[in-house]
Amino acid sequence: MPMLVGAWNSAHMSISRFLPDFAPIAPFSRLSESGILDSGSAPMSDAAVIEALRYMVLTRVFDDKATSMQRQGRFGTFSSVRGQEASVVGAATALDPKRDWIVPQYREFPALIRHGYPMENFALYFMGNPKGGTIPPEVNMLPMQISLAAQIPQATGLAWGLKMQGGEGVVITFFGDGASSEGDFHESLNLAGIVKAPVIFFLQNNGWAISTPRESQTAARSFAERAIGYGVEGVIVDGNDLLAVHEVTASAVAKARAGGGPTLIESVTYRTGAHNTADDPSKYIDQQELEKWQQKDPVVRIENYLRSKGIWNEELAKEMHDSCAEQVDAAMNIARNTPLATSDALFDHVYAEPPQRMLDQQADWAKRNGGVL
Amino acid sequence: MSEKTMIEAIRECLTQEMQEDSRVVVIGEDVGVLGGVFRATDGLQAKFGKDRVVDMPLAEGVIVGSGIGLAISGLRPVIELQFLGFGHQAFHQIGQQVARLRYRSQGRHSLPLVIRSPFGGGVRTPELHSDAFEAFYTHTPGLKVVAPATAYDAKGLLAEAMACDDPVLFLEPLKGYRLTKDEVPDERYRVPLGKLRIAQVGTDVTLIAWSAAVNVAQRAADELAAQGISVEVLDLRSLNPLDIPGIKESVSKTGRVAILHEAPLTGGFGSELVATIQQECFYDLQCPIIRISSPDTPYPLGGVEDLYIPDVDRVVSEVGALARTSA
Repeated sequence: MPMLVGAWNSAHMSISRFLPDFAPIAPFSRLSESGILDSGSAPMSDAAVIEALRYMVLTRVFDDKATSMQRQGRFGTFSSVRGQEASVVGAATALDPKRDWIVPQYREFPALIRHGYPMENFALYFMGNPKGGTIPPEVNMLPMQISLAAQIPQATGLAWGLKMQGGEGVVITFFGDGASSEGDFHESLNLAGIVKAPVIFFLQNNGWAISTPRESQTAARSFAERAIGYGVEGVIVDGNDLLAVHEVTASAVAKARAGGGPTLIESVTYRTGAHNTADDPSKYIDQQELEKWQQKDPVVRIENYLRSKGIWNEELAKEMHDSCAEQVDAAMNIARNTPLATSDALFDHVYAEPPQRMLDQQADWAKRNGGVL
Repeated sequence: MSEKTMIEAIRECLTQEMQEDSRVVVIGEDVGVLGGVFRATDGLQAKFGKDRVVDMPLAEGVIVGSGIGLAISGLRPVIELQFLGFGHQAFHQIGQQVARLRYRSQGRHSLPLVIRSPFGGGVRTPELHSDAFEAFYTHTPGLKVVAPATAYDAKGLLAEAMACDDPVLFLEPLKGYRLTKDEVPDERYRVPLGKLRIAQVGTDVTLIAWSAAVNVAQRAADELAAQGISVEVLDLRSLNPLDIPGIKESVSKTGRVAILHEAPLTGGFGSELVATIQQECFYDLQCPIIRISSPDTPYPLGGVEDLYIPDVDRVVSEVGALARTSA
């Protein structure tokens, strides 16, 4: 890091300034764009890489299926992970689902599935059925967050609380470059630094907040360097490099578990799909830039890595794709065959001890149309 | 049993509940060494340590937001928002997150979390400290809103709020902290949410109030008694849940209703009460319900706040006129 800190020096009548124009730091990476590992040892076993690749392929299959169902009116507005699969999966595979927590935004499908959130619940949520919000008791996650950045203080408090109670759990929270403009992001990094919360702030810099480019979010050269201002460690990583993301996140998890406190990880990636199914990126996206990033496809890159090791071929790829398609179809079928919610879905779980007035309303609603929405 | 101020009752409650349940933690601005700007948490940090009584950075959003996380981790946080006027800095966390997490997770994550906050005026605070913003929060499904008027209720309702698995906004009257003094048992006890208190029995007019306004209502009722008007003063204690049967019972007896609150008129919680009473008790009413409130203007500087908040004289005059309105 460049030297930023100085002091007022009256003898020389000079003011030390905190200048933003230092050279940007290259993101940490392990794989070349063609999938060749650098000279170091691989941070993941081959079996772990193949398992991670499966989550990436599963995501692609799910995204395609959900998008096509949305076009047919069978799925709600939905944000795909396209382009960011290595970023999400690399981070998720560094977690131990038994003790670590995920505090998501809404573009982290594979992380939630790996952690144990049922795929049919994920689908139900986007089909507009409140039952989709159901998180099984053994799954350590919070519901998806739509109010961007609001999850970040919650993740910080959760991590702090786990630490206070002597637990070993680590919390990871996901958000984007846009959400990092919210006060919640800054307030949370500040608090996490003070209480040394075992939390990982995983910022996916995918270039866009709907149509607003990354340059309009901050004049800072990187998002990672903002960590310095909060006494927190910041790291910048190539988000399309599965091995690099996994390695960086695993080291942040190990540090947090050992009592070393929080880390801000900026994962530099690119949203090669639309913001969501209601969005039309052709209105704002630079086609050349998009094509440049499409060339850096994270799935192709990790497949090339496996090929370079002689353990991957078209046949295995097809087998994986087909098995993922089966899994997605099964989940979508469960979701489609789940009965529509009744009017009780408006009232159940609002309170642990509901006020009588709401219970009266619940009874009234149930009477109308037999409670069927 | 001894006479205690409201602030002493609150402190005693926090101390006893923290002793009883190691999951209770207190977080907020200046709650540690200082014991809070009103001393509600005085001595707690010395007794329970810095991990359980935490001075937070000055950022209401993350104070409330991290409280959500603490609750999910298995703790039972009591958050002190230094003044409700600063609650807007945390409004997104309270309204959209605290109040909804249980519903959004389909019951997986309950939030046993209490947000304590002084509110209301009458003590010459600087700007933006004194607003009675309770209606923002009663319009927030999933959040319970409690507003005690006496020291006895403050202790018992706070204990109940802390035992509750729903999030509770616990509003404490700035003006009542030291002014309110009554008999408070030394031992632990609870006062249930959603049961109003008849602060004074009467037959001619039902005067509904909560928090600091209850004291104003009672003083006005005393003066009106001298004029031969018998006023029943209802102290709502909690706004959500609301004791509708208790209100009906009184209104069916008196047939005349006045609602007193410190908040501005339009959209105040009084509007909700008027609508509820006319629907539930229309045929018991002998005349229109009146609301005695502040005007629809921002809370002013302290030098003129006595012109703003309804005082005893105004209540006497308006309730007196109401009592004399012919059916």
